[in-house]
Amino acid sequence: MQTSDPRDELVEHLGAMRAFAMSLTRNSALADDMVQDALVKAWTKIDTFQPGTNLRAWLFTILRNTYYSHHRKARREVSDTDGAFSDQLAQKPDHDGRLQMRDFNTAFAELNDEQREALVLVGAEGFSYEEAAETCGVAVGTIKSRVNRARARLAELMELNEDEALEMTDSVTTGIVSAQKNVA
Amino acid sequence: MTQTPKNSRAEREINDNLKRAYDDVIQQPVPDRFTDLLAQLKQAEAEKAPQNARGDNADQ
Repeated sequence: MQTSDPRDELVEHLGAMRAFAMSLTRNSALADDMVQDALVKAWTKIDTFQPGTNLRAWLFTILRNTYYSHHRKARREVSDTDGAFSDQLAQKPDHDGRLQMRDFNTAFAELNDEQREALVLVGAEGFSYEEAAETCGVAVGTIKSRVNRARARLAELMELNEDEALEMTDSVTTGIVSAQKNVA
Repeated sequence: MTQTPKNSRAEREINDNLKRAYDDVIQQPVPDRFTDLLAQLKQAEAEKAPQNARGDNADQ
């Protein structure tokens, strides 16, 4: 007897699937193609999902498989990233921290795929290191290392230097942040 | 591994930017193609299922 079909819950994960796909492809058309493929796979292979486990992590595993097996190649053939994880944000008028966000997107694009997905899963989606490791099919230590490298690289690219940060008092930092907002 | 303090300014800014970018995509309306696709898959499933006792499945 079947009381609930996990496929009925797929709709609740569409937004997150698009966001994860977008973070990998940084192109909305490719991201949506990827989500479409992943949805069909998820639907037909639902028997391989273990009820009670993390459905979103399972869906993300399928998504990244479609990315690495197919869409990454397509991604290289598309010259325009429509930002990211970027252009929708830049187009938003008067978005708080707009200047900063553009810098972030530029820096984010510099990360390699493995760093990007590890950072997004842990830092944005809120997966535990263990969940992220399982989703990516690697060891927990590998995920931790990728996340750390991604953060270090972003900080470097955004010139968020730890030494500078240490020298700054909170009031100085606040002053700089508000000055940036005025410029933006 | 790095011993960076968890609440460092860099980490905070990176996390804030990351979450904002991610949430911005999540909050976009989901395109109809996905809800349509799920509806199609569900319908196809219902049509091939042997135990259509209720007989109220959509006819093609």
